[in-house]
Amino acid sequence: MTLRLGVPSKGRLMEKTFAWFGARGVDLALSGHAREYAGAVEGVDGVELVMVSAGEVPRELEAGRIHLGVTGIDMVREKIARWEDKVRQVASLGFGGADLVIAVPDCWVDVATLDDLDQVATLFRAAHGHRLRIATKYHRVIRDFLREQGVGDYQLVDSQGATEGTVKNLTAEAIADITSTGETLRANHLRVLEDGLVLRSQAALFKTRAETWTPTARDAWAALSKRLGV
Amino acid sequence: MSRKAAIKAEADRLRGTFEARGAEVFETDVLQPAGALLDLYGEDIRARAFVTHDPLRGEMMLRPDFTIPLVQRHMREGRGQGRYTYAGEVFRRQEDDPDRASEYFQVGFELFDGQGPAQTDAEVFATFAEILLPLGLKAAMGDIGLLRAAVEGLPTSAARKAALLHHLWRPRRFRSLLGRYAKPGEDRAILQSSDPLAGKVEVGLRTAEEILARLHHLRDDREVPPLPRDEIALVDALLAVRGKAHDAVSQLRDLAIDLPSIGAAVDRLTDRFDALEGRGVDLRRLDFEAAYGRTTLEYYDGFVFGFYAEGRPGLPPVASGGRYDALTRAIGGGDGVPAVGGVIRPGLLIDLGMAA
Repeated sequence: MTLRLGVPSKGRLMEKTFAWFGARGVDLALSGHAREYAGAVEGVDGVELVMVSAGEVPRELEAGRIHLGVTGIDMVREKIARWEDKVRQVASLGFGGADLVIAVPDCWVDVATLDDLDQVATLFRAAHGHRLRIATKYHRVIRDFLREQGVGDYQLVDSQGATEGTVKNLTAEAIADITSTGETLRANHLRVLEDGLVLRSQAALFKTRAETWTPTARDAWAALSKRLGV
Repeated sequence: MSRKAAIKAEADRLRGTFEARGAEVFETDVLQPAGALLDLYGEDIRARAFVTHDPLRGEMMLRPDFTIPLVQRHMREGRGQGRYTYAGEVFRRQEDDPDRASEYFQVGFELFDGQGPAQTDAEVFATFAEILLPLGLKAAMGDIGLLRAAVEGLPTSAARKAALLHHLWRPRRFRSLLGRYAKPGEDRAILQSSDPLAGKVEVGLRTAEEILARLHHLRDDREVPPLPRDEIALVDALLAVRGKAHDAVSQLRDLAIDLPSIGAAVDRLTDRFDALEGRGVDLRRLDFEAAYGRTTLEYYDGFVFGFYAEGRPGLPPVASGGRYDALTRAIGGGDGVPAVGGVIRPGLLIDLGMAA
């Protein structure tokens, strides 16, 4: 079996991934139609390009359906329980950088830190009869972080998009989301807590630990990793 | 007989043992409404229980334990005393340890009784000890009531004590609160402002009044004198108490000279040990740790215990339990009933070679 390399199937993440490999002498290209999710790898033998949605790369790695995959560190942490046992990060790619942060309304002038958030959560619950809601799509990562930090009396509500708008729409009191410049947060009158940085994410190349490594795949990886310098 | 059939038979046998001690059998559904469980346990329960969705009933949970539904029914029916047993499967998500079961049997014994907590605590523990005797397990015990009493006795404001009590079960946050209270009040710039919300756009459910009220509270809190370091050292010393039962009591008595607030809690502990001895429990084999049970389910608020297989550190406790008076108050809307109980895992009894 050839070495299967999973790469984000569209957008800037795909382009930058192609550029990163290209700069190291490995040319990735979509085969045939741009809409066909298959590709070719030139510059090293025995590697098959598999185009996958970035959000599905972690699952494919965990299942061993791909040997290597490019996706965000945040995605791997969120989607794979005990991720260190399932995949190994072999290179940070230096793009797709974004921070996963916890942000509250800027008008909460009494809340600067997680410690404040914790106290306010208790007061909020007493005043409103339900727990303070934090909108996010990073349930696992945020829950682990807040447990580790000892914050109680909150609940997570799922938000798969436009998370910054949930506070204004009264479906959440605070948010936990990815931000690169913070502009969207400011535009929605939100502010990151001083100690609210949960994770610094960027695109990375991951290798599966699943039992899917044949001798040919190993040989191809040896050649590819040498070429990539990872 | 398959392993599951053997576990089921063992569960039935154990439940029969509790019935023979006057317990009424409690049954409840596998699918429980998620709301009450989420409200009691908070977000962490989602990491530990299987949450699912029913198109008509909304968010549901695969029963993570029997205690909450039992307390709900007991309080709803306005009962005073009660003795219950149950046997059935519970479901727990395992995100961290693939070797732990996500579906297993529990057999419980729960007593709701206002007649002297020492006696009911001792009855539950002694009953478990007797049933588990053939396995030669190690028993550990703690008492969250000691830490609670120590916090209530700290020379600080009621608001600070309430915050500490709220976080008894979150050691890290508890520790950081103590550290903060040991320092002079924090003087934030915002507390000096005459119009703290100037230029801010109000968004969200939390109102300006709530924000201003908390600023007011922060101003008051700033004036609270720092907690003396030696008071914190005494709390640390309390949390470090561990040893065989009698040894732990003498350590606690020594500590109570400087920390008189725990005196009544130590008396209750002594009463419990006396009651245990009265029921034939060998205290020389019993380990007491003041910090025991602090990171487990937060509904235990007094006596806590567990039985462990020695030399099998990877194995969860074979049996565990404790007192949960506060849980009955939370579910009963303020009215509570003194309650204590515990569960045995029949699957582990089978694994450890205890045949029915």
